[in-house]
Amino acid sequence: MRININKDKCSGCGVCVGACPFNSIEIRAGKAEINESCNICRACLNACPEGAILEIEDGATAPAADLSAYKGVWIFAEQREGRLASVGLELIGEGRKLADIRKAELCAVLFGATEAEAKELIAWGADKVYHATDPILDKFNDEPYAQAMANLINEYRPEIVLAGASALGRSFIPRVAGKVRAGLTADCTSLEIDEESGNLLQIRPAFGGNIMATILCPNNRPQMATVRPKVMKKGVHDPGRKGEIIKVPASGLTCRTKVVEIVQEASECMVNLQDAEILVSGGRGMNGPKGFEMLKELAMLLGGAVGSSRAAVDEGWIPYRHQVGQTGKTVCPRIYIACGISGAVQHLVGMQSSDIIIAVNRNPEAPIFKYATYGIVGDLYEIVPMMIKKIKEVKG
Amino acid sequence: MNCIVCIKQVPDAAEVRINPETNTLIREGVPSMINPYDMHAIEAAIQVREKLGGKVTVITMGPSQADVALREAISLGADEAKLICDRAFAGSDTWATSYTLSKAIGKLGFDLIFCGKQAIDGDTAQVGPEIAEFLDIPHIAYVKKIEEITDKSIRVQRMMDDGYDVVEAPLPALLTVVREINEPRLPSLRGKMAAKKAVIEKLDFASIGAEEAKVGLKGSPTQVRNIFAPQANVNKKILEGTLEEQVAVLIEDLRGMKCV
Repeated sequence: MRININKDKCSGCGVCVGACPFNSIEIRAGKAEINESCNICRACLNACPEGAILEIEDGATAPAADLSAYKGVWIFAEQREGRLASVGLELIGEGRKLADIRKAELCAVLFGATEAEAKELIAWGADKVYHATDPILDKFNDEPYAQAMANLINEYRPEIVLAGASALGRSFIPRVAGKVRAGLTADCTSLEIDEESGNLLQIRPAFGGNIMATILCPNNRPQMATVRPKVMKKGVHDPGRKGEIIKVPASGLTCRTKVVEIVQEASECMVNLQDAEILVSGGRGMNGPKGFEMLKELAMLLGGAVGSSRAAVDEGWIPYRHQVGQTGKTVCPRIYIACGISGAVQHLVGMQSSDIIIAVNRNPEAPIFKYATYGIVGDLYEIVPMMIKKIKEVKG
Repeated sequence: MNCIVCIKQVPDAAEVRINPETNTLIREGVPSMINPYDMHAIEAAIQVREKLGGKVTVITMGPSQADVALREAISLGADEAKLICDRAFAGSDTWATSYTLSKAIGKLGFDLIFCGKQAIDGDTAQVGPEIAEFLDIPHIAYVKKIEEITDKSIRVQRMMDDGYDVVEAPLPALLTVVREINEPRLPSLRGKMAAKKAVIEKLDFASIGAEEAKVGLKGSPTQVRNIFAPQANVNKKILEGTLEEQVAVLIEDLRGMKCV
C-alpha cells in the first residue's frame, strides 16, 4: 500500500501540505510530491479538493501469517516490591471484555511476587496466571523481563498482549515486540475489537493529545499494546473465583543492568496522585510556588492530593511527580479542582475523564471551562480561601 | 567515548489541531523543530564528551528537510551528523524505524547511545528501547541523572512511577533521557559556523545493509487506520451570584456527594 498523487488532477494548491502531520508532502514544480517521511496515515486523502490523492494497493504489505494459530488475551501484571500495581487489575477488567468477545481465555503474566498475588489476579478475573519466580525477576530489569515475556509468547502464542503504559511497561515491552516481531501500540486510551477478524482497534492520543489515532495490526500476531493507567475500569473482585496458576521456568535469563537502589518518593500529601479520589491542581495562574500551600490545605481538608499542570512544573513551583497531563500522570479522581489552569490539550488528556471537574480561572474564555462541571470565574487567591473557610464551617 | 544521539524533527505538537468537520489536520504555519526531549539527549552526550573525550554523532531518519535539525545539533556542539533517508523507509512504524536506525548505528560503531524519552508527535517512547533490543545491548529508559560514567560502565537514576531506581549498566548501552537530566545549552557562534560548513552524509537503504522485508511499510506490523479529533464531554452546572454565593452552592453540592 502507498499514497500516490495523480499529477494530472493535482492543482498544486498545497492544501495537502498542511494536512500532513509528518511534513511529508512538498510542492515541487507546481505539483504535490510525497517524500520519504510518509507514514501512510491517510490524513491527506480527504484533504485534497481535487481528489488527486489516492491510496494504492500494490501488494507491498506482507502476506498474512497464520493468524489463527494465535489464541487468547494476555495481560502483564506488574509488581513493584511484591505489590501488584493497580494498572494490571485495570487490564484484567478490560482484557476480560476482549476475551469474552473472542470467546477466549484471559491469562495474566506475573514475574516475581508470590502465589498470593497470583491468586489475586484470578480473583480479579484472570482464567490463568503464568507465574515466573526467580531472583533475577524480583527487581525490574528490562532484559530478563523481555526475555521471559518473549519466551512465553513464543511458546503459547496469544492473540493479544496488553501491558500497562507505566514507566516499567513502556520500558521493556518494546524489547519484547522487537524480539517476537509484533506490532506494538503505545499508551492506548481505548480498545475495541473486530469480532470477525480479531483485529484489535487500538485508540490512542498523539501530538500531545491534539489528535486521536486508531492503530491496527492486521497481518501480525500477537497484537501488542501498552494501555494508559487509570483509563480502564477494574472488574469485580471475587475471592471465590477459580483459575489455574501455571509455574513457568525462569531459567536461561540474562541481565546486564543492575538495580542498586530503589528510592520511593512520597507525594507531598499522604495520598498518591493516581489513587486520590479528590485532586486539587494548580497551573500557571498560581503565579508562584507559594499558592500551592493553600491548595495543599484545601486538598488535606478534602482528603485529597495536590496536582499541577506542566506550566507550574516547568516554572519550578512544584516537583514533576505532581504533574498531570500527556507528559505527566493521567488521573481519574471523583473530583478534580483546577485552579489557574487554562486547559491546554496536553493537560486535558490527563484529567478529562474525572467524574466532576471544578475550574477556577480568571479568564472566562479559558478552554478548561468547556470541560468543567462547575466553573467559577475570578481570582483564585480570593476563591480558594473562601472554599477552605466554607468547608471548615460545614465540617464544624 | 563514541556517543550517538538519535533525534527526530517534529512539528510543534502543541499547535497541531484537527478540523472536526473534515477530520483533516490543520498544520499551517506550525514550525518544525528538534524534538524537545532530544535536545536533552544532545546535551547529555556533549557533557559526556566534555568529561571523557571522544565524539558525538547525531543521526536522524527522515526526509531531506531533516538536514536542518541535524545542522542545529551541530551548532549545539555535535561533531558529526548523518541523515538516514530513503523512499524505501516510508511508512515505517516503531518496529521498522528501530530496526533501520539500529542497522545504521551498527555501521557507525558506538559506546553509548542517547535518545529522548519520546517524540512529541508520536508520543510512543518505543524506538529507544527497541533499538537497544536490535543491537543486543542493555538500555535504561527515563534517565534523569547520570551519577557516574567511565569508559566501561555507567550508573544513572531511572525515573519510575513512584520515585526512581539507581541502575548500573556496562557499556555499550542506550539511554533514553527526560527533561530533568540537564538544561540544554544554546548554540555558540563557533557552532553555528560549523553547522553551516558541515557535510552531512546521507545513508540510504543500500548503505546500511538492511533486509527489505523489515523496513518501511512492509516491515511495519502496525498501520494507522484513521485519525480524528478528541471529544469533549460536557455536563455543566451553572453557578450564579457573588463569588461567595457561588462557592457556597459548590460546597453544598460537594457535601451532597459526601465529599465534604
